[in-house]
Amino acid sequence: MQQTRFGYSWLCALVRLALPAALAWAAAGPAAAAPPPFEDSIAQRAMACTACHGPQGRAAPDGYYPRLAGKPAGYLYNQLLNFRDGRRHYGLMTQLIEPLSDAYLMEIATYFSQLEVPYPAPLPATAAPEVLRHGRQLVLEGDAARQLPACVQCHGEAMTGVAPGIPGLLGLPRDYLNAQLGAWKAGQRRAHAPDCMKEVVSRLTLEDINAVASWAAAQPLPASTKPATSLPAAKPGAITITCGSAQAPAATAAAPAKAQK
Amino acid sequence: MNKLLKFVLALVVLAAGAGALVWALNVRDEIDVNTPVAAAAPGASLAERGAYLARAGNCQACHTAQGGQAYAGGRGIATPFGTVVTSNLTPDDKTGIGSWSSAHFWRAMHNGRSKDGRLLYPAFPYTSYTQVTREDSDALYAYLRSLPPVAAPNQPHALRFPYQSQAALAVWRALFFSPGVYEADASRSAEWNRGAYLVKGLGHCAACHTARNALGGSEQGLDLAGGLIPMQNWYAPSLASPYEAGVSDWDNQHIVSLLKKGVSPRASVTGPMAEVVQRSTQYLSDADLGAMATFLKELPPSQATAPEPAAIKTQGESVERAAKLYEQHCAQCHGAKGEGIANAYPALAGNRAVTMGQAANLVQIVLNGGYAPATQGNPRPFGMPPFVLVLNDTDMALVLTHVRQSWGNRASEITPLEVNRIRASTASAAR
Repeated sequence: MQQTRFGYSWLCALVRLALPAALAWAAAGPAAAAPPPFEDSIAQRAMACTACHGPQGRAAPDGYYPRLAGKPAGYLYNQLLNFRDGRRHYGLMTQLIEPLSDAYLMEIATYFSQLEVPYPAPLPATAAPEVLRHGRQLVLEGDAARQLPACVQCHGEAMTGVAPGIPGLLGLPRDYLNAQLGAWKAGQRRAHAPDCMKEVVSRLTLEDINAVASWAAAQPLPASTKPATSLPAAKPGAITITCGSAQAPAATAAAPAKAQK
Repeated sequence: MNKLLKFVLALVVLAAGAGALVWALNVRDEIDVNTPVAAAAPGASLAERGAYLARAGNCQACHTAQGGQAYAGGRGIATPFGTVVTSNLTPDDKTGIGSWSSAHFWRAMHNGRSKDGRLLYPAFPYTSYTQVTREDSDALYAYLRSLPPVAAPNQPHALRFPYQSQAALAVWRALFFSPGVYEADASRSAEWNRGAYLVKGLGHCAACHTARNALGGSEQGLDLAGGLIPMQNWYAPSLASPYEAGVSDWDNQHIVSLLKKGVSPRASVTGPMAEVVQRSTQYLSDADLGAMATFLKELPPSQATAPEPAAIKTQGESVERAAKLYEQHCAQCHGAKGEGIANAYPALAGNRAVTMGQAANLVQIVLNGGYAPATQGNPRPFGMPPFVLVLNDTDMALVLTHVRQSWGNRASEITPLEVNRIRASTASAAR
């Protein structure tokens, strides 16, 4: 009897403690963790973004919605304005941010820029060795004969971008890089004038684009993935380019997004 | 004379008579634009008042292309009859209104006629602006003249036959437009009259909140009884119905808050109305918003009766699945009992935006997500994520039916077909 009672209460305790947890887990779905409680924070406000861009803006698994975490604030802010003002095209994105103010968009951009979230390991390259070699050459050296600057000249020697306005190139899927460079070439993606990327991409062939995307997407990430704070020293004979950027909104304490060089 | 000739003659006379009638109806209440008027001194204060009125009329929203220069026009307004492209309102001599007089401007506002005599398409809501006083029209004119001129030639409209013709437009105007400045109702307070003037005139609320017929005209006058916004698949709810967006039982200050901040204890705005609050009403004075609230509170209640409570399924696989979907995707913000979170996420229980007979907005919000507008009074709004990529038509219909039929809500079921219709239309509009 005693034993039975003990057994019963043990079972009871198990049911009381474990069953609700199991039910909660089942309800939340196997992949999702328990939802965080509501808090009056910018993270809470950015949940409309992370629904597509992944938790903390770590990118969606499909590779279509890019990573936001850790990208320079000025770059993210520029992209928000580009979507709003028709220099980039994705209806869902434009519609979502349309009723927001410049200051609020800057706050959202700054929030994501400050998130330090580990990157997933890059997928191994599938392109032919000569394609990868060509990509590597363009990214690291450029092609002076075609007035093509090296990608690293602006995007940083470690390719992790340069604050406040230049994004990193690592941790992006090949398809995304291909799509973006292709969109630039087709005039579907634009930036503030002077649109330096338009200039650069206009000198790239589709083969160049594929080579650059294939090589960059397969690169391992450096120990620090933070954007550099200043541009690398210009190499002798480097092609100079000027890039446009939005003025940071007045009503923000965030670092101003000065014009990129 | 033989019979045929008589018949033809009669037809000609009839046609001429009808033409004359249409013509006469089209020039009603027009001034001679060449008669010089003693213009008010165009001082800074006049332009300043005009700037305020331009906000009230939300002129900039339509007269600015996406990412373009303010008031330089070039935005395409999609209508069921084709696309109307807005014009350049900056004082550029060649491409804007630089060569317009205040009389030309008044005739456009009051009579819907351009400087060169062409009839204007009512996508420019002169059917409402005709109620604006000459004084306010002159202030708007002074403001627009104070803007930096932008050289941006007007783009041609892309309207289908026969809508592109001036003759068809003249007939439309004869049927659906009559010019006339707002006439104050002496039996009402000055505040009510001010509110009526703003709602019916510059506010052009009727452009969306009053239903249009197949020809794009408003037959019911300015009843503000709700209508589907053409081409957008958003429903501008009735401002007169207690089952939609009527405010007769609201505190005046809650109505003001909704128009000023985009949020209030009773509701928040999203979709096309978020744009209106963000660009227009948030800038209006508390006195003007209070006047609009007074007018809206006292709108004659519509004939609408309470929708028939729907028969609710309480058991079955689909009901269980709907509840599970709600718990998985919605409950975190809107609460297990649809109670919401104060000042952040709206309650769904008892929410008219959820239970309205016309469910287009509900589908839109869940498909595409959305933020309340960022305003001075609510600069950091919370937002709803899009579910267009997460839930298919069947699941979305299930979860929408769930929120329409739980916690005391008794609204009709949403079908996957309804979701699909709006999904298809927004996907094409988003490109």
